[in-house]
Amino acid sequence: MIDGAADYLAGALIIVGALFALVASVGLLRLPDLYTRMHAASKAGTVGSCLMLIALAVHIGEPATALRALAGVVFFLLTAPISAHLLAKAAYSAGYRMWEGAVSDDLAETAAVAKKNGAIGTEG
Amino acid sequence: MMSGAAFLNISAIFALGVLTISFLLVVVRVVKGPSLPDRILALDMLVAVAIGFIAVLGVRSGFTLYVDIAIALGLVGFLATVAFARFVMSGGIDVKQEEAEEDRL
Repeated sequence: MIDGAADYLAGALIIVGALFALVASVGLLRLPDLYTRMHAASKAGTVGSCLMLIALAVHIGEPATALRALAGVVFFLLTAPISAHLLAKAAYSAGYRMWEGAVSDDLAETAAVAKKNGAIGTEG
Repeated sequence: MMSGAAFLNISAIFALGVLTISFLLVVVRVVKGPSLPDRILALDMLVAVAIGFIAVLGVRSGFTLYVDIAIALGLVGFLATVAFARFVMSGGIDVKQEEAEEDRL
């Protein structure tokens, strides 16, 4: 009975994770510019692959392997925002603009103040 | 009411189909671009979908080595994205020229 419950849980996690990955790729294809596509790819995409790794941990069951799978989940949850943030900052400072419908650009103001203080371009 | 193993098998096959569709959609974004950061982001997403594939294959085959492969692939994908981002930040290609080419196409 316990094994059956673990199988049902793993199957449900796999289905939900795959649907998250599908939503992320549809968003990557449909959204208008780089910065909005980043929402889809780095949030929904990470959740999708993490859910499928949790399903692998649930299905395998033995503690050593399950713990490694969960360590992988933690690793992806840590690295996804770092790489997305780094790519967004790099693209913005390289001059890639937002789409015409964007309503707010707080980083432009911050960059102007930093430029006046002579602080921009020192971190790259 | 189907058994747990049968449900797991069906859901794994369904997930493989859904992941194939999403992989193809991301490949469309890699080909279309239009700019370099879009392609970098799509390659990052390809790594995430590939990790999902590996996890589902690990569930189907019960082979525990797939966990290590998934972690290694995630590490490589993260380092590739960081390296590409630093390339973009260091002014790797001319944005104005790229936008002009995009308008012309």
